[in-house]
Amino acid sequence: MRHACLAILLSLWAAAAPAQEIEAHRYYPGTGERVLRVLSTTDLEVFEPYLLAFQAARPEISIDYSVASSAELHRAIRDGAVYDLALSSAMDLQFQLANDGLARRYRSDATAALPDWARWRDLIFAFTAEPAVVVLSTERLEGLPLPRTRQDLISLLRDHPDRFRGAIGTYDVRDSGLGYLYATQEDRATDAYWRLTEVMGRLDPQLYCCSGQMIDDVSAGRLALAYNVLGSYATDRLARESGGRLQILRMQDFGNVMLRTAIIPATAEEVEAAGALIDMLTRLGLRDEPGDWPLPPLGQPDAGTTTGFGPIRLGPALMVYLDPLNRRAFLTEWENAMEQRQP
Amino acid sequence: MTGTGSIGRRLTLLLAGVAALLSVLSWGMVTMLARQAAERTQDNVLAASVTAIAETLRSEQGEVRLELPYSAFSMLGAIGEDRVFYTVTAGDRTLTGYADLPVPDGRGGPGRIVFATGTYRGEAIRIASVTRVVLAGTSPVPVTVTVAQTRDGVGTIAADLSQLAAILAVAFFVVAVGLSAIAARTSLRPLKELTAAVSRRGPSDLRPLRRAAPSELAPLMGALNRLMDRLNLSLRRSEDFIAEAAHRVRTPLATVRTQAEIALRSVTDDADKQRLRQMIRAVDESSRSAGQLLDHATVAFRADDLPRAPVDLADLAARTVAALEPTAAMKEIRLQLDAVPAQVSGDPVLLDSALRNVLDNAIKYSPEDTVVHLQVMSIAHEARIAVTDQGPGLGEGPARALTERFRRGSNTEGIVGSGLGLTIAEEVLRAHGGRLDLGAGERGKGTCVTLVLPSS
Amino acid sequence: MRYLLVEDNRELAEAVIGRLALDGHAVDHAGTLAEAEDCLAVATYDLILLDVMLPDGDGRDFLARSRASLETPVIVLTARAQVSDRVGALDQGADDYITKPFDFSELEARCRAVLRRRGGSARNQIALGAALFDPLAGTLSHGATSVDLRNREIRLLEVFARHPGQILSKGQLMDRLFSYDSDVTENAIEVYVGRLRRRIDGMGVRIETLRGLGYRMETDTA
Repeated sequence: MRHACLAILLSLWAAAAPAQEIEAHRYYPGTGERVLRVLSTTDLEVFEPYLLAFQAARPEISIDYSVASSAELHRAIRDGAVYDLALSSAMDLQFQLANDGLARRYRSDATAALPDWARWRDLIFAFTAEPAVVVLSTERLEGLPLPRTRQDLISLLRDHPDRFRGAIGTYDVRDSGLGYLYATQEDRATDAYWRLTEVMGRLDPQLYCCSGQMIDDVSAGRLALAYNVLGSYATDRLARESGGRLQILRMQDFGNVMLRTAIIPATAEEVEAAGALIDMLTRLGLRDEPGDWPLPPLGQPDAGTTTGFGPIRLGPALMVYLDPLNRRAFLTEWENAMEQRQP
Repeated sequence: MTGTGSIGRRLTLLLAGVAALLSVLSWGMVTMLARQAAERTQDNVLAASVTAIAETLRSEQGEVRLELPYSAFSMLGAIGEDRVFYTVTAGDRTLTGYADLPVPDGRGGPGRIVFATGTYRGEAIRIASVTRVVLAGTSPVPVTVTVAQTRDGVGTIAADLSQLAAILAVAFFVVAVGLSAIAARTSLRPLKELTAAVSRRGPSDLRPLRRAAPSELAPLMGALNRLMDRLNLSLRRSEDFIAEAAHRVRTPLATVRTQAEIALRSVTDDADKQRLRQMIRAVDESSRSAGQLLDHATVAFRADDLPRAPVDLADLAARTVAALEPTAAMKEIRLQLDAVPAQVSGDPVLLDSALRNVLDNAIKYSPEDTVVHLQVMSIAHEARIAVTDQGPGLGEGPARALTERFRRGSNTEGIVGSGLGLTIAEEVLRAHGGRLDLGAGERGKGTCVTLVLPSS
Repeated sequence: MRYLLVEDNRELAEAVIGRLALDGHAVDHAGTLAEAEDCLAVATYDLILLDVMLPDGDGRDFLARSRASLETPVIVLTARAQVSDRVGALDQGADDYITKPFDFSELEARCRAVLRRRGGSARNQIALGAALFDPLAGTLSHGATSVDLRNREIRLLEVFARHPGQILSKGQLMDRLFSYDSDVTENAIEVYVGRLRRRIDGMGVRIETLRGLGYRMETDTA
């Protein structure tokens, strides 16, 4: 997949956990015998500062960090793969693991300090809040008004089909857990979603698995607009480094805010070390100053322009769209809307 | 006195015990009701959830179709952070959800919601289930929607309410104990007032108690008054008896003594005279002993509950000197009084008795033609009467022993006296917070007895 | 002097009357308060000796009742020796009290003290030849000169005055002068007689010594 090129090391260890599609893996040796095995959806380059900070505090612990997609992560934990910590951007999947008894309880002063909406049953802990954003290419939208709401966006796409045909990027919700989460939450929250999807479907949209590629393509001018991109600091930085070629927008009628969460799988062996890393992450999640960390804290989910929408709620409702019947129905509808061809 | 505990404390404890019982009962009931209410709430939510899901059941192209409404699950998050499990079965086939979730057996018929309690994945759960018949193609298929939830939220709500109830129960208990103490004190106040009224009385005040009292105290008051009546009567009787006895004994003694004096005048034989003198002395001694014993009894009785009045020792000394002057004059003894006003607080009758005994002693032990000197002083916080005689002094032996009952100085042979005089004086002074100092007179001659009292 | 004795005990009353008569006093006796009131209505007394326990009432009540109209001094005879009774008697108007059984010397001393406080009485002066003896005031006067006598001297002179021209033995004088609670030798009588002689020297009153017999008072005729 995308970051296969970043994989530094694919060790033999991966063979011990077959059926997992590990995208990247790195081993950080510590001074002691203990090894903390982390399975995460976050790219190594983004998460490395956290791992180094943790090792600075606990040098005796070695860290074995593996990156997988959220669906793969979910499947691995469900299948009983042995990890000490699972970090995922797919809240619904993480929630289901916790609900189904595949997570281990953990409680500390740091987790107790989290607001209620950022933890559930001492099983699942949020440590970042990241909004869904629209990324625009300023070159390709030259002379057009910037859309503020989905209605604006619908009008813009309708009025200028030639500019946007084949130049709209969004998640392939069939592939991307995060894309599916964003889509289902929008479905629930605003009826403009389906109209927008239909409009986009008529314009031959490009479907992606990951935010990074979408941003790359907008940056390269291959896309005019990418919808529902994960608005992390990395995105902001790319936009800044693009020299004004990229613009990041948050829709003001409704905006999804995703919580990146951690669970300690029931199979965990280094529970203490996993708890210590969760403590560090949740403390950072509650920090007041942004600092140099690559991921935003919990407290500033909408530091941008959008009016305040709370983060997606951690609760049983997240499981509604994971139900196979519902998923099939939703995907059928999505495909119908997205894959229509202009007559 | 052997105590059987305080009524107030007993009453308080009793009321507090009742309060504790009520507190525990109310706490238990609130806890139970809270648990029931929370469980009912959970049942209602579960019922709403299964109903919402069941309402989406339909048949499309011969297939049973449904969708899970978002609200069906979001409402389950309302109670607390409970885990949710669900399953939908059509006949024996699981359509969706957790296939191994237990489904309640008792099917209450179509549309009836069935509840059950069970265990799933190691946790206690509450299960709600509803069955609807859906026409799939041509055949009706019973479709069962089951939603289960762990019961932690119920437990948490019940525990929170129980804790609140416990705090309230403790607060109620504390307040109740405080009120009990106040109630006990209030109800016992008449008793205290009665006690105070009795305590305030002087030693000889035996008038009946006339005061308003609650009906519960009326029998006690009645009994007390009857006791005081009897006591008064018996006291008066014994006073009368003593007076009568004294009269009956002393009158014949007086006759004997008078006759003896007359006889002494008419007999000429020296041996006869000597016998008559001895007789007279014996009469005098027995009468004096009787008098001092009575004095002593009076002191002992009055000192227990000393009536206090302002007394000027100078007045007291002047009166006593006047009373004893004729006795002193018989021995050509001059009583010389130097006095400054010296106020004390005490029982004038007892103080008179003390000084009289001391002065009587001084006269008794003084040789003829001497002076007994009384000096009333007020020094610092003490008022004093020093009685100095020119008698033989205290003689050998410890001065303190002289004031012991019936003890007499070693060189007092031939002088009528029971030895009680100084004992009486010392007891009176001690009852007043004072003391009796014994010492030699000026230039080591004679005796100086000083009555020392705290000034008022 | 004239006494009223109010005492219900007949034996004691007779003894007291006998004893006072020895000293030359006249005594009327009343056995009850009613009798006492009768006596007071018809005669005047120098002193009343009042018992407290009488068949028809308490002597102290009588005292409280009649004190206002009664000028005669009262000495209460009491068998009650308690302090409170002593104080009570005085409070109720008695001039003094004496506890039974009593020493007649003390009774006399108290009578004298009471009468002296009351201002004395001229009727009780005794003429000793040309001199005049007032036993209450304790004075002996002869013309313009007057001497003050001390207590025992008064009593000694009084004994002689009541028995003019009579020989009194040392033993008799001792019995009259001294209380019975002290052993006094007859030498003491010689001392007192000597003192009295020196005091009344030149007052027309002499005390002669009759060796082996006793003493006798002689007076110059007026």
